[in-house]
Amino acid sequence: MAVQSETFQESARPAWLERETNLEKVVKIGVFGVILLVVIYPFVSVLATSLASEPDVIKNGGLVIWPEHPTLSAYQTIFAGGVVTRAIWVSIGITTVGTLLSLAVTIGMAYGLSRNIWGGKYFLLIALFTLLFTPGIIPNYLAVKQYGLLNSYAALILPVLVSAFNLVVLRQFFMGIPGELLDSARIDGANDWDILLKIVVQLSKAVIAVVALFYAVSYWNDFFTALLYLNDSAMWPLQLVLRLYVVQGAPLPSAGDVVENAPPLQSIQMAVVVVAMIPILCVYPFLQRYFTRGVLSGAIKG
Amino acid sequence: MSAVDVKQAPARTLGRVGAQPLTRRKSSVWEQIWRDRIMLLLIAPGLLYFVLFRYIPLLGNVIAFQDYLPFVPIVESPFVGFANFQAMISDPAFWQATANTIIIALCQLIFYFPMPIILAMMLQGVISTRVRRIVQSVVYLPHFISWVIVVALWQQVLGGSGIFVHTLRDVGLPAVNVMTEPGFFKELVTSQLIWKETGYATIIFLAALLNIDSSLYEAAVVDGAGRWQRLWNVTLPGIMGVIILLLILRLGLILSVGFEQILLQRNAVGPAAGEVLDTYVYFKGIVGGQWGITAAAGLIKGIIGTGLVIAANKFAHRLGQEGVYN
Repeated sequence: MAVQSETFQESARPAWLERETNLEKVVKIGVFGVILLVVIYPFVSVLATSLASEPDVIKNGGLVIWPEHPTLSAYQTIFAGGVVTRAIWVSIGITTVGTLLSLAVTIGMAYGLSRNIWGGKYFLLIALFTLLFTPGIIPNYLAVKQYGLLNSYAALILPVLVSAFNLVVLRQFFMGIPGELLDSARIDGANDWDILLKIVVQLSKAVIAVVALFYAVSYWNDFFTALLYLNDSAMWPLQLVLRLYVVQGAPLPSAGDVVENAPPLQSIQMAVVVVAMIPILCVYPFLQRYFTRGVLSGAIKG
Repeated sequence: MSAVDVKQAPARTLGRVGAQPLTRRKSSVWEQIWRDRIMLLLIAPGLLYFVLFRYIPLLGNVIAFQDYLPFVPIVESPFVGFANFQAMISDPAFWQATANTIIIALCQLIFYFPMPIILAMMLQGVISTRVRRIVQSVVYLPHFISWVIVVALWQQVLGGSGIFVHTLRDVGLPAVNVMTEPGFFKELVTSQLIWKETGYATIIFLAALLNIDSSLYEAAVVDGAGRWQRLWNVTLPGIMGVIILLLILRLGLILSVGFEQILLQRNAVGPAAGEVLDTYVYFKGIVGGQWGITAAAGLIKGIIGTGLVIAANKFAHRLGQEGVYN
């Protein structure tokens, strides 16, 4: 599969394509301008509101276009301890542990299934078959309950440990590593672990990074697993806290001592949204560089 | 693997000369397992995951046929035959949820599905690589944002203090909060889907557009075809395979209309407008404790869904496409 960005680079205007009239140019710029505005504006609005102070919020009936007196007090409030701070740590922990575990299990399985081994074909089918159905909300809940995982952090990781899609992407890549290379390493005295860690993983760093980012994004963004399996709101990850205090608008409990000149509620809510988006925005440039490759190889060859 | 074993075989059998002919024969199951033991060990955790969390839970569907009692082992709950299914059929909320699911699914199919195709064609028409890159980076982003945040972003823009209501007031129209207005719910969730997923979904259509042979365009121009004629006679036929494939796959998943998205907003508009099959199962089953009826609803939905996916895939194969699985 040709990576589209590489192919795009050589896309100069073909000789046969007629020049655009000025009207067409204006229409085109206008349409793309509107699309960009519609996508970007909500992000800007949230950021602006999170930085606003009381007078900014009151002045225009809650609508903040540009904070004239920007302040970080909303962020100070949510990082001062209490519900949001704890939820941030929970989310960071789940995302880190979950991503590492998922990655280890998926790499192992994908590597094993990429080589010609006993029963490999059937094991692969067992994994791929799950793309056809899900057990459903209630059976999943009953299973997690039976395993004694309800109300534990393990319930946020184990039920979503391996994605069949990521498995297929990795296996596809591992299959491209020539067997002769691994065989020659074996003759030179490398054992199976050396081969996996020092050759296979080293050769697949880019695709492993993409899969790691896919896992990390899905752990970070998940709220339904937590809603379903955690009863104790003290254990909630950030997305669930966000749902309660921002989407449902429940009043945020104050973090111990009340700060003087407390920031407006709206700013605090939007600051929570910004904090929940930051990790995604940070990894997005890396994601974007590689994901087309990952998505296309998985979707088309899988 | 196998090549290695051939090379290593003499060394292994040096100690036991008589065993030489045995290795020539097809090795037994146990020998193969022993040979691949490390690989099998690597596969084991993943395999265990699929069995424990994807297959064994299927057994839980048995409670659709039981009067499920949460505090005794599942097998000890009394069996009631199809009583849960009968109760489900006579529950108006179930039919309301089914109707909402189908309407929202159709809205998505009609209004969301063509969007990535149109956007991909528009992007292809942008000559400047830099401009196209910028647009792509921006429109792909919402795909990676969680539904919770997307709903919060939309509330910020369309909610009571957002710019939308302000503008309505400024031009003298009645201020409508579309986030909480049941009458707009279907339009709302469809628009949100378009906002979140259109950009990312263009990837596959852009790839298909790149695969069209550019000599076809040259030939069309030589024959005097204008822009729209080329679009109709070269571009569309060139990506029709991908369009049909994705359409079929979407039909296969038609009953799972944005569960997380709707779960987040169902309470704001009430169940009459906002309940779909999955939220019906969640609220009535997990929250409301009506395990049997909702397990029955979930089972029916699962069976229809799986049947649709299999049928869709069969159909894709018949059209000469690869489908999701082979």
